[in-house]
Amino acid sequence: MKRLFTLAASALAMAATPAAAQDFVIVNATLATGDGSEPIQQGAIVVDDGRVVYAGPQSRMGAFETDEVTDVGGAWVTPGLVATVTSLGLWDVGAVSESNDTRASDAPFSAALDVAPIVNPSSQHILVHRAAGVTRAATVTMPSASIFGGQGAIIDLGSDARPVTRQRAFQTVALGEYGARLAGGSRASAHALFRNALREATRLGDDARIPGRSSRQADVTTGDDLPVDPRLAGEASEREGDVLLTRFDAAALVPVVRGEQPLYVMVERASDIRSVLALKREFANLDLVLVGASEGWLVASDIAAAGVPVIADGLDDLPQGFEELAATQSNIGRMVKAGVTVAINAAAMENPRNLNQYAGNLVALSRIPGADGLSWGQAFAAITSVPARISGLADRAGVLAPGAAGDVVVWDGDPLEVGAMPTRVFIDGVEQPLENHQSRLRDRYRDLDESDLPKAYDW
Amino acid sequence: MKRYALFACVAAFAMAGCSTTGSADDASDKDWTAPVGEDGNAPFSSTYERYPGRPTALVGATVYDGAGNRIDNGTVLFRDGEVSGVGDASLDTSGYDVLDGSGKFVTPGIIDIHSHLGDYPTPSVDAHSDGNEATSPTTPEVWAEHSVWPQDPGFTRALANGGVTALQILPGSANLMGGRSVTLKNVPARTVQGMKFPGAPYGFKMACGENPKRVYGNRGRMPSTRMGNFAVNRQTWLDARAYDGKKRDLAKETLKGVLDGEILVHNHCYRADEMALVMDMAKEMGYKVSAFHHAVEAYKIGDLLRENDVCSAIWADWYGFKMEAYDGILENAAFLQREGACVVIHSDDANGIQRLNQEAAKAQAAGRRLGIDISDATVIGWITLNAAKAMGIDDMTGSLEPGKMADVVLWNGDPLSVYSRPEKVWVDGALMYDALDRKRRPVSDFELGQPGEGDVK
Repeated sequence: MKRLFTLAASALAMAATPAAAQDFVIVNATLATGDGSEPIQQGAIVVDDGRVVYAGPQSRMGAFETDEVTDVGGAWVTPGLVATVTSLGLWDVGAVSESNDTRASDAPFSAALDVAPIVNPSSQHILVHRAAGVTRAATVTMPSASIFGGQGAIIDLGSDARPVTRQRAFQTVALGEYGARLAGGSRASAHALFRNALREATRLGDDARIPGRSSRQADVTTGDDLPVDPRLAGEASEREGDVLLTRFDAAALVPVVRGEQPLYVMVERASDIRSVLALKREFANLDLVLVGASEGWLVASDIAAAGVPVIADGLDDLPQGFEELAATQSNIGRMVKAGVTVAINAAAMENPRNLNQYAGNLVALSRIPGADGLSWGQAFAAITSVPARISGLADRAGVLAPGAAGDVVVWDGDPLEVGAMPTRVFIDGVEQPLENHQSRLRDRYRDLDESDLPKAYDW
Repeated sequence: MKRYALFACVAAFAMAGCSTTGSADDASDKDWTAPVGEDGNAPFSSTYERYPGRPTALVGATVYDGAGNRIDNGTVLFRDGEVSGVGDASLDTSGYDVLDGSGKFVTPGIIDIHSHLGDYPTPSVDAHSDGNEATSPTTPEVWAEHSVWPQDPGFTRALANGGVTALQILPGSANLMGGRSVTLKNVPARTVQGMKFPGAPYGFKMACGENPKRVYGNRGRMPSTRMGNFAVNRQTWLDARAYDGKKRDLAKETLKGVLDGEILVHNHCYRADEMALVMDMAKEMGYKVSAFHHAVEAYKIGDLLRENDVCSAIWADWYGFKMEAYDGILENAAFLQREGACVVIHSDDANGIQRLNQEAAKAQAAGRRLGIDISDATVIGWITLNAAKAMGIDDMTGSLEPGKMADVVLWNGDPLSVYSRPEKVWVDGALMYDALDRKRRPVSDFELGQPGEGDVK
């Protein structure tokens, strides 16, 4: 049952939807909204019917009806972290190949790979990362059989059977050193393969049997999903028409050529980045996103001018390969300073749950002479609203603002500080269980007492 | 020199051998000494000498001495390469350059017990892949120092961003016995001898579990199972015990050094049950494990590890990347500390070595959430004195005590905070890194003339 909760004098009633368990109010929060602004004290947040209806100073909060009011006593409250790029839900144990779907190096397909049907919401990594405050992620297979890695999905980490909020959300391609190896041994080959693939896709797309966006009911909920090319669903076979790409792969690239599906391009070297930006001259509609971009700071103004967002490796500072000679932890700070939209790449760390540690390190850099870091607000945005925007979830996730999903995390400390962990996690306004294999082991081994029975009975 | 001593049972390592008739076949470890070269010196001796430094007094900072103590508004004095005083604000600083550390923190130099810098340097191209002689299940004859490329840029990052002043370079883990490690001062040098930590004992790398059985099993040779791992290890130890030293044998010289207690065993081992077996194997054969590395399941046997006086060198949060890492939990270090077992936080990673302080803080926080409060000063010990102990260099470095090497880090804030970085790093009292002086930052040969040369990195 809802009760009227009034903190401020203004009479703003927000309870327009039927009562639901997801309605809650949090007050007395150290509130970081994820939009790049600095955190505020005495913040409040109102979630109604799974969505945020207010996030801001408690003093300006209106009156409304709610189920639950929690005074968090000054604790940090933020939107859930948004992790891109990840392989969450695609593997159990990295080195146990039968449990690992992240690479399909022997597969006949590449661009056509689509992770949407294979994301496992019960994966321990989803559970572990949910408990670490990650509420949404982009997940995708890695390029392995070809320079194209396949189509990633945007998922939520909620404890339910429907992890995918947007399927076929983006395509991936590796250029640079890695792409060159996949393409047969040279960047030249990778570029030729890439151009050929996009031309084949263009031709296939010109066949114009793809329905418009409105001709088919989207089977997911975000409203701007890509329709399926009927040739992927129909019975016709045109193998003789295939050139280098299988028809499935070519068809999967049609929305890329048309700019309907973002293309995540994995490159590191400055010159490789320039070459990627130049692709827009040949394929004008490409919706590019750079991934990695360790030398991005050397071409930051070019990236900014092109309006291409970057999912950048956060702390790479070693010449891991010859394509990363200029790698520096200041890379992101310098790109942001130049006006580039930058999210921290969750793939460039041991686990995506280190995102907040990486963001915190970028704040640390702001105190080092000669280094370029981020403000706290900027750094936090780089793991919330910015990756959400790149993932097509602008204003819907990674931010606490009216209309956004009720992805709310209450922390036991400054969320960018090492060791900070959530005490409560909500996704779409639903409070989430935080138990997992690790927490169960933790509980079992709180002591080593086996005086009565073996540990196996302690559960 | 007497090579055989049938009943030399006084040394601790001979406990198992003495209880069996097999000991009659064993050459005495007690009477065996490591050979020297024709020049009378130990081979590949350290040529490192400390660089000049100013007598320095760090005042006003919060000091963690590495040995578990915290001094607020503390004073740390060092001169002539050595710590000359540690105490409160009353210490006399006359004769020292006084550096105001108000609002800052001082710790001993950070020590990484598990690194492959130099052996797997960046750029990480095949031509640089010198970290593992994975051509035989046991290669005790190889020495990691012969693979170290002193120009690895990773050393400089570990110094500037991680405050690392000493590190152990280990061979890889494809073999049951991977060879000798080398302990280095994190000081740039033209040769590896110029980095070798004077007086540091050698380590010996061993590995349990998945790696050896996978690598050699896949080649159709023993070991292909965990029981094969143990069989090969035990037979190798038995053969080493019988070695009489009459004909030089590089592999057996290293194994003898281990049995002699002069070379410290660093055993890559994830699973609790395997660690327990290894400790029994060590008792059988008469050696001691100094530390288990990557010990993600150490928390399940903290009592055993304490009783056997074996350190656990661990990550804060790595898990799941292989089957034997499936049970990794954030509370590993805290649970070990609760049992009174020795905790060391290690990196095994050219990036992680730059953030050992942060990894330690993560492990501390996991304990705090369960009500296991471990003091900041103790946690700093996980990456300083405990590492030094397990590496056998704790009488020289690892804590701020008069007479010890002046390996010191001045942090611009709490070293257990993500927002802090080293501001200055001294090795043997010489200022080797200064965040406020862009030229007081090492640049490896490899990086000269390349994009980003001399950048903050």
